[in-house]
Amino acid sequence: MITRRLLLASAAAAAMAFASPALAQEKLKVVATFSILADLVAQVGGDRIELVTLVGPDGDAHVYQPSPADAQGVADAAVIVANGLGFEGWMDRLVEASGTTATIVTAADGVTPIAFAEEATEEGHDDHEGHDDHAAHEGHDDHAAEEEANAHDHGAEDPHAWQSVTNVAIYVENITKGLSAADPEGAATYQANAAVYLAELTALDAEIRAAIAALPADRRTIVTSHDSFAYFAVAYGLTFVSPQGISTEAEASAKDVAALITQIREAGISAVFVENIADPRLLEQIASETGATIGGTLFSDALSGPEGPAPTYVAMMRNNLTQLTTALGS
Amino acid sequence: MTWLVDPFADFVFMQRALLGCLAISLGATPVGVFLMLRRMSLTGDAMAHAILPGAAVGYLVAGLNLGAMTIGGVVAGLIVAVLTGAVARFTALREDASLAAFYLISLALGVLLVSLKGSNVDLMHVLFGTVLALDNAALILLCAITTVTLATLALIFRPLVLECADPRFLASVSRWSGPVHFIFLALVVLNLVAGFQALGTLMAVGIMILPAATARFWATSISGMLVVAAVSASIASVFGLLMSYHAGLPSGPAIILSAGCLYLLSLGFGPVGSLFTRAFPRPHLDA
Repeated sequence: MITRRLLLASAAAAAMAFASPALAQEKLKVVATFSILADLVAQVGGDRIELVTLVGPDGDAHVYQPSPADAQGVADAAVIVANGLGFEGWMDRLVEASGTTATIVTAADGVTPIAFAEEATEEGHDDHEGHDDHAAHEGHDDHAAEEEANAHDHGAEDPHAWQSVTNVAIYVENITKGLSAADPEGAATYQANAAVYLAELTALDAEIRAAIAALPADRRTIVTSHDSFAYFAVAYGLTFVSPQGISTEAEASAKDVAALITQIREAGISAVFVENIADPRLLEQIASETGATIGGTLFSDALSGPEGPAPTYVAMMRNNLTQLTTALGS
Repeated sequence: MTWLVDPFADFVFMQRALLGCLAISLGATPVGVFLMLRRMSLTGDAMAHAILPGAAVGYLVAGLNLGAMTIGGVVAGLIVAVLTGAVARFTALREDASLAAFYLISLALGVLLVSLKGSNVDLMHVLFGTVLALDNAALILLCAITTVTLATLALIFRPLVLECADPRFLASVSRWSGPVHFIFLALVVLNLVAGFQALGTLMAVGIMILPAATARFWATSISGMLVVAAVSASIASVFGLLMSYHAGLPSGPAIILSAGCLYLLSLGFGPVGSLFTRAFPRPHLDA
């Protein structure tokens, strides 16, 4: 008997896990564009939805190319959850090409956008004028050109809004509304799930603020290879400096690297962070040249796999916070 | 002179970039000269494509690991080189067509493997290595490959020159024709792998071929061409790095474009067979 019950239970579990066709018909089909959004959608949708993620863990949504299977997933979906703010440049084409009739939920609706990379670029400019006596004017022009190019790539607003927990609360509300509209019967469930998760987010937000408030005021500048942290910087009062532009496709020039090294030396920045999607070798080089310590991995645009340190959004933010406070507090 | 010296004096990464580039300039250019003499200049390009998927597979298996990527690249390149040579020697298909077939297969296989792995991690950074981020392991690899290349070229110099001039004659008087050919292709692969650590796969071909083509307009003897090629590649490396430093250009393209400028200048005004000497030939009895 026990064996039989066990078998039945495991069969049921397998059916749940793999979303067998019979069950799948009753579930709401939802597509999330990348791993962080997918986690938020899963928190709200629970087991009422069948979730497809286009850009999985550790993937880079900037350079993603949809596959036919993805287009099929999009075509079958009832709801598509996208970040918006120009993050998924490929989204419109994919939606059009797949001929989907899904409701599109823009998670970042209602978020106060930050204009593109103001902080980081501003830092760069100051640095050029302050320290780079070789060709300050040329430097200025180059940066202006880079900014334009970036703005063209992404739109004028920084899309990485999820780096502020307050924004993610807005994301969750938008997702809850979207799912409830597509599946009115589940609305109560979605709202209950969202309420639980929002409470968790509020606690997380307080935790981050408390941890950063505890840092000395002169140790709040970090170097990382990808400046997706503008929202984090504004929300929690840290400064992030980057050796490269906002796009992971940009190749740093010797001038940029030299400017950054000079800046780290003169500003006494002590922490350099390797991020999960950009070239870590460049940062190691800069760290060894300046004597700054290399911090751990910060996750910005993608979650890690289930075995990694950042399998969910909350775990990702906790991981980043621990890494930042450890490096800055030491 | 400060604009010339200061970047290298102030920044260790510039010194490393310079050392890496000079190592490639010494190792890859003689290989490029022999490729050119054997009318195989485009083979370098094809080989670069054949190596790329091997390096990508190495990356997907072991992450950003110099050893795995190097081995992957060398293995993929050698397999293509050996298969190409074997098909050319044992079937009716000529070497160029055979190479084209195998490198395309290799490239497609690599792209397939990368997409199967699913996660689209920024492979561009990995495959297009950056000369600004050469760590100790990469520098040692570059210098080791250059040493091996120069030593091997010294050993096979005579048969290689003969193979360039008259491969049938070499085959008729010596059984070294086949082995020399394969050893030479192995050197091509090794130097491309060395180059992609620093410059990226496509740029690595540039530092191999452009200085060789430049040298053609300056020297008539093989040894002369070897020297001119190495010197022009070194000049291009220094100038490209300085451009990257002062004008904020990406370093890989800056180096290759510098080599390209040297080539265009030589094409126009070099002393041997350039446009200028063809347009204004010296009188025959001048001397």
